[in-house]
Amino acid sequence: MIRFIAKRLVFAIPTLFAVSIIAFIIIQLPPGDYLTTLMADWASQGGAVEAGTVAAMRDRYGLDQPIYVQYFKWITGILMRGDFGISFDFGKPVTELIWNRLGFSLLLSVLTLCFVWAIAIPIGILSAVRQYSISDYTATFLAFFFLAVPDFLMALSAMYIMSAWFGQSVGGLFSPDYVDAPWGFGKLFDFAQHVWLPVVVIGLGSLAALVRIMRANLLDELSKPYVTTARAKGMSELELLLRYPVRLALNPLISTLGWILPAVISGEIIVSVVMSLPTTGPLLLRSLLAQDMYLAGSLILLISVLTIIGTLISDILLAITDPRIRLQ
Amino acid sequence: MSIMKSTILEVQDLQTVFPTRTGVFKAVDGVSFALNRGETLCVVGESGSGKSVTARSILQIVDKPGRIEGGSVLLTRADGSTTDLAKLDPRGREIRDVRGKEIAMIFQEPMSSLSPVHRIGTQIGEALRIHFGTAKQEQRERVLELLRQVEIPRPESAIDRYTFEFSGGMRQRVMIAMALACNPSVLIADEPTTALDVTTQAEILDLIKKLQQSHGMAVLFITHDMGVVAEIADEVLVMYRGKVMERGPVERIFHAPQDAYTRRLIGSVVKLEKKAEVRLARKPAPAGTLPLLDVRNLSLTFPSGLKAVDDVSLTVRPGEALGIVGESGSGKTTMGRCLLRIYDAQTGAIDYRRPDGDTVDIRTANKATLEKVRREVRMIFQDPVGSLSPRKTVGDIIAEPLKIAGMKGRELNDRVADLMQQVGLEPAWRERYPHAFSGGQRQRIGIARAIALKPRLIIADEATSALDVSLRSQMLDLMMKLQDELGLSYVFISHDMSVIRYMCDRVAVMYRGKIVEVGETDQVVNNPVHGYTRALLSAIPHPDPRNRRIHNRFRYDSVRTV
Repeated sequence: MIRFIAKRLVFAIPTLFAVSIIAFIIIQLPPGDYLTTLMADWASQGGAVEAGTVAAMRDRYGLDQPIYVQYFKWITGILMRGDFGISFDFGKPVTELIWNRLGFSLLLSVLTLCFVWAIAIPIGILSAVRQYSISDYTATFLAFFFLAVPDFLMALSAMYIMSAWFGQSVGGLFSPDYVDAPWGFGKLFDFAQHVWLPVVVIGLGSLAALVRIMRANLLDELSKPYVTTARAKGMSELELLLRYPVRLALNPLISTLGWILPAVISGEIIVSVVMSLPTTGPLLLRSLLAQDMYLAGSLILLISVLTIIGTLISDILLAITDPRIRLQ
Repeated sequence: MSIMKSTILEVQDLQTVFPTRTGVFKAVDGVSFALNRGETLCVVGESGSGKSVTARSILQIVDKPGRIEGGSVLLTRADGSTTDLAKLDPRGREIRDVRGKEIAMIFQEPMSSLSPVHRIGTQIGEALRIHFGTAKQEQRERVLELLRQVEIPRPESAIDRYTFEFSGGMRQRVMIAMALACNPSVLIADEPTTALDVTTQAEILDLIKKLQQSHGMAVLFITHDMGVVAEIADEVLVMYRGKVMERGPVERIFHAPQDAYTRRLIGSVVKLEKKAEVRLARKPAPAGTLPLLDVRNLSLTFPSGLKAVDDVSLTVRPGEALGIVGESGSGKTTMGRCLLRIYDAQTGAIDYRRPDGDTVDIRTANKATLEKVRREVRMIFQDPVGSLSPRKTVGDIIAEPLKIAGMKGRELNDRVADLMQQVGLEPAWRERYPHAFSGGQRQRIGIARAIALKPRLIIADEATSALDVSLRSQMLDLMMKLQDELGLSYVFISHDMSVIRYMCDRVAVMYRGKIVEVGETDQVVNNPVHGYTRALLSAIPHPDPRNRRIHNRFRYDSVRTV
């Protein structure tokens, strides 16, 4: 088991390396760099900048060097010193900006995953056991409906409904009073009051895929001979269902963790912008618009790391739950 | 048998139907029989005869959308109380109390009939928990006792293992232990030995018999093999297309069958008791003929260290059928695959004589030569479902090797039609897909594909094992007909000595990767030299209830003799 995990970790290294290169290249793809964006900004505000200033700044940021040199400096900084570079836009080290937000992103993603699984598994079971019934069609229709509605629309409507009809404070993860308060029971309660709305909004979008996977897995398992064996033992239908086919149908669902996690994280970006959540999403969007390359590159890299860790976790979980994988 | 015969299960006019798009399919159509305490009733019939559905109807575990439409299933308990199981709610408490406790059931495929992710101890102990609420520790002790009863080695460690860590025979023992957990008074066994080797089959039949006597159970045994019926049955029920054709004591069924269908079923087994008539008069290949295939000292060791093929030497003469017999795990399939270089043997030589007289060592041949050789040496597989692509029409499947060889247009069409006729399929069926054919027909498609390029040697790997006995002899007859028409040679791999006796000129017996005996089929069958060959031969069920022998069969134990 330890060897298996170690092997998986070793495999993750080249993947991360490739991701970092691709992230860097993509950020460089649009014409110009952070300074051209900055100049355009200044120019639109009526300011004029001397050509010498621009050249001096370009030299200071290292933007006049070839792209591979820039990449090399950035990646060695991360590996040697844990230094992700400087955000031009904020004028602060990237590390200072992102850790806090990364924590919230991760928390939000995990909560969303738990929510989606908790909803999708029972609905999937119901759909499979009552295949082609009204409840199957209703569940399927709703799941696809939420898949089809764009995230931002869902976020906006949810916020409108909550604030207009229920008078809840919406947007952000905390009430204004608690944003800068130290963690405590009150803050946690406030957080719980705020976090469920984005969790539901992001989660409903991923619901359809999981419901359909669970339904299809379970339909396969329901007709397997071991179900008949268990029935012949005299087990009640409900116990049988949960103990055997559902237990086996969960295994493929665990492996979906690897791709559901990135889907949740990218879905989170738009929702977070709309609901102004203190996660990495809005920061990434802003850094991309400003061509703030070190900030954007670091964010993409760290999100990829999270995804790879997610995949690793799903592999380990699968090995724990399925003896065929563990022992063969 | 007791003198006082008391009926424990009485089925009256049972009807089980499956609604389909085109109407209602009557899988069981007015079946009646009685099962006596302590006796064995065999239900026999080909696949699709409704015998399995009958068994499942008793416990009301017919797969959806099947349902019992009429009739009664009366269970009489030792205290005299009776229940009509057919009237109970299939999901209700009452029928669940019967299942596993009073009537237990074992199934054909022990691999898929057990959950792969639960430990066997848990699966066996479950019945105890459900019916008696037995506590964990007590459960474990009872399960250990059950594992001992079904003779699973090292029960203390076996109890915490998973099904895939056991062999087929051991898995079936686990199933039996599970069925015995609550001391049922009726055991329904649905083809429990069909997926097993003959030697393993004999062991399982022994075990069931033994447990039946020690527990005083009545056994309802479902099988398609008349040989098995003759070995174990007290009473026999012959089914065909959902109807009972004949029922009676085993003596009468075998020695004075009333029904034509019963006679045909018995005939198909008896036919395999001896050499095929068309082969009786055949002269062996002249001694001087150069061998078509000359295998010398072939060895293959898997990376796990398992010596699958261990210093095997054999020859195949032109026009000859060489049988390779052995139980699963003996390395016979691996050896067959080495002959076509599907696996790479590490040492030895496979000299194949081309039509022009040159010999090629298949083991070391380069890619171009191998490609040519593979047109002349073809393979037929065991699984007639898995070896045909479900997305291609039968015509396309048969045409595939011809297309690779460059044939097209009208010529191709004609050739495919010829081939289909040759193997007994209507050329008009060429546009159909494999799923529209029965198992026997699918195997014919596989044969047509194999002979498409007019090969010289066919390696048939358990080609008839997945078929009902009645189809088996038909398939063997077809293969012999093709052999005579096309001058084919066969390497016929099988675990079943009777099919080899039926069609092969010579036979090699394989055991744990080694060839332990090789010779003319008649000689090996009548005067086996090696103990393992004797064990294999004596494990074949004998279709004569007056001469039951597998219980007194010869057992080969390599540990003792080595």
